[in-house]
Amino acid sequence: MASVTSDNRGLRLATRYAVLVLVGFVFLFPLVFMVVSSLKPDQQLLADTSSIRAFLPVGDISLDNYVKAFERAPIGRFMMNSVFVTVVTVGASILLCSLAAFSFVFLEWKGRNILLTVIVATLIIPFETIAVPLLLFVSKLPWIGLDGLEIGWLNTYRVQIIPWMVDALTIFLFVQFFKDLPRELIEAARVEGASWLLIYRKIVMPLSGPVIATAAILKSLTMYNNQYLWPLIVVQDEAHRPVMVGLGYFFQLQIAWGEVMAYLTLISVPVIAFYLVLQRAFISSIASTGVKG
Amino acid sequence: MKLTKTLLGALAASTALAGAAAAQTEMKLWYHGAGNDVESGLLNTVIEEFNSAQSDYSVVVESFPQQSYNESVVASALAGNLPCILDVDGPVMPNWAWAGYLQPLPISQEAIEGHLDSTIGRYDDEIYSVGLWDAAVALYARQSTLDELGLRTPTLEEPWSKDELMAALDAAKASGNYDYALDLGTAWTGEWYPYAFSPFMQSFGGDIVDRSTYASADGVINSDEAIEFGEWWQSLFEEGYAPGTSQDPADRDVGFIEGKYAFSWNGNWAAAATLDAGVDDVVFLPAPDFGTGPKIGAGSWQFGVSSACETPEGAAAFVEHALQDKYMAAFSDGIGLIPGTKEAAQMTVKYADGGPLAVFFDLSEKQALVRPVTPGYVVAAKVFEKALADIANGADVADTLDAAADEIEKDIESNQGYGH
Repeated sequence: MASVTSDNRGLRLATRYAVLVLVGFVFLFPLVFMVVSSLKPDQQLLADTSSIRAFLPVGDISLDNYVKAFERAPIGRFMMNSVFVTVVTVGASILLCSLAAFSFVFLEWKGRNILLTVIVATLIIPFETIAVPLLLFVSKLPWIGLDGLEIGWLNTYRVQIIPWMVDALTIFLFVQFFKDLPRELIEAARVEGASWLLIYRKIVMPLSGPVIATAAILKSLTMYNNQYLWPLIVVQDEAHRPVMVGLGYFFQLQIAWGEVMAYLTLISVPVIAFYLVLQRAFISSIASTGVKG
Repeated sequence: MKLTKTLLGALAASTALAGAAAAQTEMKLWYHGAGNDVESGLLNTVIEEFNSAQSDYSVVVESFPQQSYNESVVASALAGNLPCILDVDGPVMPNWAWAGYLQPLPISQEAIEGHLDSTIGRYDDEIYSVGLWDAAVALYARQSTLDELGLRTPTLEEPWSKDELMAALDAAKASGNYDYALDLGTAWTGEWYPYAFSPFMQSFGGDIVDRSTYASADGVINSDEAIEFGEWWQSLFEEGYAPGTSQDPADRDVGFIEGKYAFSWNGNWAAAATLDAGVDDVVFLPAPDFGTGPKIGAGSWQFGVSSACETPEGAAAFVEHALQDKYMAAFSDGIGLIPGTKEAAQMTVKYADGGPLAVFFDLSEKQALVRPVTPGYVVAAKVFEKALADIANGADVADTLDAAADEIEKDIESNQGYGH
């Protein structure tokens, strides 16, 4: 009887792993296809798409597509632009959104629930609906820089950073996480005479690693992977162009698919590396905030 | 002493050069060719030679990816940030002129003498843009295929009729040698549909809009002739002559070369690659005549002057400089497009008389019909594309074209007739 139960458990476990491996492959295949295709000449790449060879590094394999991709577009510049914009925006977003959430959760002030509801409600507004008004707004904004007063933010890093520093989703994530922190800790610190800023710095943020990781990953994915329309309309010079707009360099009349795959492989490296570093904290936070990525 | 004189001379020369550079008025040029190093190199040569050939103006180029170029220009127009010289796609030009992004191009008549008509962007009785080249579409086939199937080789003077085309497709299908008889390129979306397929409709006698007024589409895109075209179009997919809208893009790129298709409806830009791939007996056949004469699409990228430009005469001087035969020939040799003049074509390797692609120049000259010259084209083109995709996928032809007519009418109405 015991061996039957053990066999059943083994079978269930094997089935579960088989399903997980299958699902894993489904998610992995596009990445494998991308990397493998980046090593093949176009003719072979296109011919292989109808067979399993599409996922195998077989045939005429070389790094030629990478060499040509670097010749076609200033990839280093595009990646540097995207990484810079992403890092600064994510850093500012975590600071500003956590401060806002701290205020909503721990400070007593009139109208905070209504304001939080309004902020969260903005999640349903698609960016496309505000893109043009925002474009008109930033094109007339003043800025005091090293060259003195300037009018208009177009063709700058700041126009790609500042409008994205605060967003409803990140505030919501922090609010949900802060609500689950033990109130006793905060109250004890208040009794000891700690200021709100000190509590934020010394108690709340050090306990918020998982949500910071989650917010950083979600925000960085938005900034690095999904920033297309906004930089397209506010950046007209190559010097400030991000990676997603740069992808357009590879779509000529005759599309060089091998170079497209090489470019995509290269620009995926920072995203995958960032996720691998933070994945444990990310999963932990997803579990604790109840947010599904 | 000699050294002092040399230094003074050098100083004087550099001061004079700096003075000349400072006196030049800078004109920004936006171009759609980012990522195409051959095209960018050629354009840079044109600009450098213009800048050094005169002392009044200096052109500075900023290149954009083609796929997002129009959006960048429209956004910049909204933000009041347009450059002086704009690169504009032929069929889009009327919309930009109507929207106030472009001003008429003050170019001399001599500068465009002898140019292919389709390279000159006219709207509202004014010239707004001029291009260095055009593109053309032909029916790719192998001479060996025509011979094996016992088909007459059509010529510009005597193209295939609709019946001859269908007989050719039947013969190819019956041979069993091909996955499909005809590759229309349905894997390509966007402007390819109106550019490549609306001439079929026009040859049947229909059109996207009424070209006599540009104020209406009803009775044109859903006319009896247009419905006849729609039914023919649908039959190509229903009866298995051509792959449908789910065609694999890889097959579109290499299917004809690999022998999967007997015929392929494709542009001159793919001709060199086909020859290079070893299809030595490829022939580029003219569009069939479906009743009102054979027609192909026309109008490619052209230079225009933005409404923000304070030196339109300088911009026109640059365009006139760029229109030299030697540049048109260089662009043609570099990126494979059809030079804007016969003289330039003779300077090229492929388009000169007897060259492997010379037929494309003749096609442009004799069969080209520009897409409807109206600001509403940008919307009508998308409506047309959707209608053709729906019909290819089995939608009722008359209902679909009626709905397309309604949609285009509504757009014209909501834009107060686009000024027509």
